[in-house]
Amino acid sequence: MTTAVSFQKASRHFGSVRAVDAVDLDIAPGEFFAMLGPSGSGKTTCLRLIAGFEQPTSGSISIFGERAEGVPPYRRNVNTVFQDYALFPHLSVLDNVAYGLMVKGIGKAERHKAAEEALSLVRLPGYGARRPGQLSGGQRQRVALARALVNQPKVLLLDEPLGALDLKLRENMQEELKSLQKVLGITFVFVTHDQGEALSMADRVAVFNDGKIMQIGTPEDIYQRPKTRFVADFVGSSNVLPPDFVQRYCGQHRWGSLRPESIRVGRTAKGAASGEGVSARLVSTNYLGATTKLALDADGLKLHAIVPAGNALPVEGEAVVLTFNREHLHLMDEPV
Amino acid sequence: MRSDGSQSAPLSLKIAAACGLLFLHLPILLIFVYAFTTEEKSFVWPPPGLTTQWFAVTWNRPDVWQALSLSVRVAAISTAIALVLGTLCSAAVSRTKFFGRETISLLVILPIALPGIITGIALRSAFSLADIPFSFWTIVLGHATFCVVVVYNNAVARFRRTSGSMIEASMDLGADGFQTFRHVVLPNIATALLAGGMLAFALSFDEVIVTTFTAGQQQTLPIWMLEELIRPRQRPVTNVVAMVVVLVTLLPILAAYYLTRDADQIAGSGK
Repeated sequence: MTTAVSFQKASRHFGSVRAVDAVDLDIAPGEFFAMLGPSGSGKTTCLRLIAGFEQPTSGSISIFGERAEGVPPYRRNVNTVFQDYALFPHLSVLDNVAYGLMVKGIGKAERHKAAEEALSLVRLPGYGARRPGQLSGGQRQRVALARALVNQPKVLLLDEPLGALDLKLRENMQEELKSLQKVLGITFVFVTHDQGEALSMADRVAVFNDGKIMQIGTPEDIYQRPKTRFVADFVGSSNVLPPDFVQRYCGQHRWGSLRPESIRVGRTAKGAASGEGVSARLVSTNYLGATTKLALDADGLKLHAIVPAGNALPVEGEAVVLTFNREHLHLMDEPV
Repeated sequence: MRSDGSQSAPLSLKIAAACGLLFLHLPILLIFVYAFTTEEKSFVWPPPGLTTQWFAVTWNRPDVWQALSLSVRVAAISTAIALVLGTLCSAAVSRTKFFGRETISLLVILPIALPGIITGIALRSAFSLADIPFSFWTIVLGHATFCVVVVYNNAVARFRRTSGSMIEASMDLGADGFQTFRHVVLPNIATALLAGGMLAFALSFDEVIVTTFTAGQQQTLPIWMLEELIRPRQRPVTNVVAMVVVLVTLLPILAAYYLTRDADQIAGSGK
C-alpha cells in the first residue's frame, strides 16, 4: 500500500537554521494526522514542504508514491487551509470557492454548481453572493475549507485553522472537521500547537521539537507513554521525574513521567503511618472549575497534581504526602 | 483639542480660511477670465470686453496642436513605462527580503525628492556623454524617472496591505504565476495602479524643468505656454490653453482621489 505522504530524511535548512532536520514520516491514506509542537519547531515548515511552498534542502518527499521535489504547488493534488484563511477579498464567496476550478478552465455553470455543493458541505449554503469581508471569522474559516475541498485534493493541509476562533467555535469546528474527514475519507494533515486539539482530533500525532520529530503515535501513546522528557512535558504537562527519584520506586535508573491526575494528595498523618508515598509541601493551588491544580514541592522537586473538585484541600504551605500507583509511573526511553 | 460638529468656528477663523482659499484659487479664476478678454497684447483688469473668438483662434493654430499632441504622447508613454517598472519594483521590494532592499527603495524615490533641475542637468550631461541626440525619447526618459516614483509609491502601499498568503493560496489552488498575477495580484492593486498612473500622467503633462533639459527642438505644452507668455501676441490663446489644461488634468486627479478613497473603504471594511 502506498503512503499518502512520505518523508525520507527530509531537511529544510534556512542558512544555519535547521527548520526541518532529517525527518522520516509516513502518513497513511485517509488518516487524520496532527503535527504538534511549539512555535518554531518545524511543524509548519513540514506542512509547507508538503504543499510545495518550500523545497527540501536534502532528502526526499513523496505524495501518493510520486516524488514531490521540484513540483510547484500548482501541480500538486494537495490543498491548504491557511492560518489567516487567505480568502481573495475582491471575489465573492462563490468565486473564492470556485477559484481552483476556474484556473483549471472549468466552465462557469459547472464550477459554480460545484462551489455551491462545497458551501453546503461546510454548512454555508446561500452565502455565495457575499464578500469575504462580510463574514465572521468562523464563516471565513468554512469558506477557506470549502475552497480547498472543492478541488478534491488527495491530501488536505490545515495550518492552525482553529487558532483565530474563540473557544466555543473552536470546539464546534473540531467536531465538524473530524466528521467531515470521516465522510470524505481524505487524508488530513493538521498543524497545531494546542495539544488538546491534537489529542482529541487526530488518529496519530507527531510531536515536533527543534526541527525533529520527537515521537509519533496515537494520542493515547503520546499521552500515556511519552518517550522523552520534552513530549511528557509538552503534551499535557506531565511530571518529569529524574532517574534518582524513579530508582527509589521502581529500582530502575531511568527518567520517568507521572501524570498530574495520577497523584493522590493526602494529609501527612495518614501517609506517615503507612510509611509510603512522597512527602511534599503544597506551594499553591489553582482552581480550574472541574478540577484543581496543585503545585507541590517534594524536597526540591517541583510536581503538579490535579484533583477533582469537591475534595477537601490542604492549605497552602501545609505538608502533604503524595501517593500513586506504580503502574502509572511511566519509564521513558530518554538516555540518562 | 476636539470640537463637536455642531459647534461653529469663530468668525475670525472663518474669514482667515476664506482669505486663504481665495488667495489660492482667485489667480486660477483670473486665468479663466482672461481667456475671454478682447485685449490681446497685455492683461488689463478689468477686461475691456468679453469674446469667445480666442477659442476659434486657438483651435486653428497648428503649434498648439503640435505641443498638445507631443505632451499627450510623452505623458502616455512615460506613464506606461512607469506602470510596468513601478509595479515590478514595488512587488520586488514588498514581497521579498534581499540585501540592499531599503537602498533600492530610497533610490527609486529619490528622483521626486531631488530638485527637478538636478535631474535635468544630470540627464542632459548623461545624454551628451553617451552621444544620444535629444528627441522625443529623451523627454520620455526624463519624465519616466519621476513617474515611476508615483506608481511605485501607490503600488507599494497597496502591496503592504494585501496578505502575502493570498498569492500562496492562489498557487495552492492550481494557478501558475501568470494566472495568479492576472486573477489575484492585478485585481488587488488595480485601483492603486490607476491612481498612480493618473497622477504620473498629470505630473508629466505639466512638467517644465526636466523637459527643458532633455528636449531638443520639440515643445511640450507647458514649454510652449512659457514661450507664448514672453511674446505679446494673441495672449488670450495661452489662457484658453491653460483653461483646457486645468480642466483636463483636474478631472483625472479627482477621479484618482475618489477611486483610491473607495478602495480604502472596501479594504477597511474587511477588517
